[in-house]
Amino acid sequence: MDEAGQIKKFMYVNRKAPYGTIYALESLEVVLIAAAFDQDVSLVFMDDGVYQLKKGHQTKGIEVKNFQPTYRALDDYDVNKLYVEQEALAARGLTEDDMCVPVQVMPRAEIGRLMAEQDVVLSF
Amino acid sequence: MKIGILVNEGPYTHEASDSAYLFARTALEKGHEIQRVFFYHDGVNNSTRLTEPPQDDRHIVNRWSKLAQEHGVDLVVCVAAALRRGIKDDNLAPGFRISGLGQLIESGIKSDRFVTFGD
Repeated sequence: MDEAGQIKKFMYVNRKAPYGTIYALESLEVVLIAAAFDQDVSLVFMDDGVYQLKKGHQTKGIEVKNFQPTYRALDDYDVNKLYVEQEALAARGLTEDDMCVPVQVMPRAEIGRLMAEQDVVLSF
Repeated sequence: MKIGILVNEGPYTHEASDSAYLFARTALEKGHEIQRVFFYHDGVNNSTRLTEPPQDDRHIVNRWSKLAQEHGVDLVVCVAAALRRGIKDDNLAPGFRISGLGQLIESGIKSDRFVTFGD
């Protein structure tokens, strides 16, 4: 296959809370742009990154845009491999039911194995 | 080997840009190719030519410019992240260019290895 048609495995690792820093928002922008490149895309949410998917963000009080609806649009971009770290959920008293989109909850070690299979890992 | 680099933090506050630069310089010395350095998040602040550190400190911005000048390294600054932070062509240091996030993905596709420098 020529370079232009090459498909690589891209993994986006989200480790930060949705607000407080801009990482989550700008990472999401990368994922949306990347969708146009027809690569094999997966997203991982670990550490405080699991809060990005916690249902019911209300951002009026901090006067920043609530970008949670964008996660629900990911499926329209054929981005539907979303992995959430089991230990991170448990440590924060969260369960799969708290997530705003369908996800696959996975133990940390298994996520590590998935990472090893990737061509490109982008960590934000 | 073709290496792509992502820099996610600004200069001076975080060491990420220093580490990325030292890594890039060493890789070039070892005969590798730096396919592109992409600056994102506060990393775009590495590209402003208004930067004036004290004389006895390293000049992080000029160091990147020199790398571009001497080795033809492609230094790309994300346009959306740059405009958010007041970086425009008007204040862009030599050797940098402003472009879209597609350049980041393309770098991942075209490189043999892709390395992220951030917190």
